[in-house]
Amino acid sequence: MQGLRITIEVLIGSIILGYLMAFIAGFCRLSKNPIIKYLTIFYVEVFRGTSLIVQLFWLYYALPILFGIDLGSDYMAGVLAIALNYGAYMSEIVRGSILSVAKGQTEAATALNMSSFQRMRLVIFPQAVRMMLPEFGNYLIQMLKATSLVSLIGMNDILYYGDILRSSNLSQAPTVYFLVLIFYFIMALPLIWLTKKMEAASKKGVAS
Amino acid sequence: MNNNSNWQWDTFFDAFPVVLEGLGITLGLTIATYLFALIFGFVWTLFSAIRIKPIRWLLRWVMEFIRSTPPLVQLFFIFYAWPMVPVVGFALDPFSSAILGLGIHFSTYIGEVYRSGIESVDNGQWEAARALNFSTGDKWMRIILPQAIPPTIPMLGNYLIIMFKEIPLASTIGVAGILNLANSYGSANFRYLEPLTIVAILFLVLSYPSAILINRLERKVNRRFDKKETSGSKPIKEEKEGAAS
Repeated sequence: MQGLRITIEVLIGSIILGYLMAFIAGFCRLSKNPIIKYLTIFYVEVFRGTSLIVQLFWLYYALPILFGIDLGSDYMAGVLAIALNYGAYMSEIVRGSILSVAKGQTEAATALNMSSFQRMRLVIFPQAVRMMLPEFGNYLIQMLKATSLVSLIGMNDILYYGDILRSSNLSQAPTVYFLVLIFYFIMALPLIWLTKKMEAASKKGVAS
Repeated sequence: MNNNSNWQWDTFFDAFPVVLEGLGITLGLTIATYLFALIFGFVWTLFSAIRIKPIRWLLRWVMEFIRSTPPLVQLFFIFYAWPMVPVVGFALDPFSSAILGLGIHFSTYIGEVYRSGIESVDNGQWEAARALNFSTGDKWMRIILPQAIPPTIPMLGNYLIIMFKEIPLASTIGVAGILNLANSYGSANFRYLEPLTIVAILFLVLSYPSAILINRLERKVNRRFDKKETSGSKPIKEEKEGAAS
């Protein structure tokens, strides 16, 4: 199955971009500048409020018409849709984690005469990241599942090849789709393992 | 056909009633799938109570399998492949395959919600029920379930919204929901922009208020039931329960 490569490529692209979006949006949402803050809230709510498949179609079909922006390829459209969607979800986690770092930490950092950037980078952020880890792991699997949607905009991922195989040999459909499911599951296994690992890492050394 | 690159209001108003027609089906499918998942989720919870190790282990893996593979593929499997399966296979129309496919997928999550609800009941309550010589039926009906169900309500509500957003997947197997109608309108008129935007707006309009509603419900429930849990880690835990889709 050659589709495996595309699926993994899309997955990796979305993961990188998605986490990036999550951190950017998470921080922007905490920003004191009202314009940045409300723009981010708008972005997060729009992407959380509509479904991924609609966003995907919208980016693929509608965006080029509306703004004349051509995303270059279906790869970009797919990765962007997944990343923006899950970035919105994960930015809430980033925000929640940063907010849940105890207030005394901020005060202590201020008392030590750290700049606000130092405070975030050296004190708050390292503690917040640990709280984000288990959630981020969950979203890895979500994103893997989401990559199956890109076959709908014509990318040649696993599901796409599965479909082709099925249409060439109808009676083989159960085998083909079952194989596709197995492939996804095999890809998910390391992610599940990673999630468990991340959960364990986030618990380590914390008095609960 | 008009191929110019800008937003056109007349197309918007032309497409709006067409797309809106699918709303009934989308909502109906959401509710049907949700009910199916609620019931089937209960089955998973019962399964997890099975004592025989190998069976339980097997069921765990089946559940993990369903959870970590894409619902879209499962949908295709049920719609295209199930009729071809020897002996047990039979053909399903798109609507019922969507209920079955998405319902089974989400029931694994719902089952987990039930389980967490039951587990959240304090150990002492079980012991008290036993000490008071309650029958099994009474124990569940009068002590455990009344305490286990309320905390799960907001989580279940969250899943309703999540499912509502996954329902457009059914358009890929030909259920005439809003996304499907928007796509066919797009291909008939070579205008995808407006109908797809309408779909996005409809989703936003429907899911955003309900999300706020559920948030409020959640806070209310927490105030009533989680008096003892006051540690700072709690909000994170809730998000975790609600976020998985």
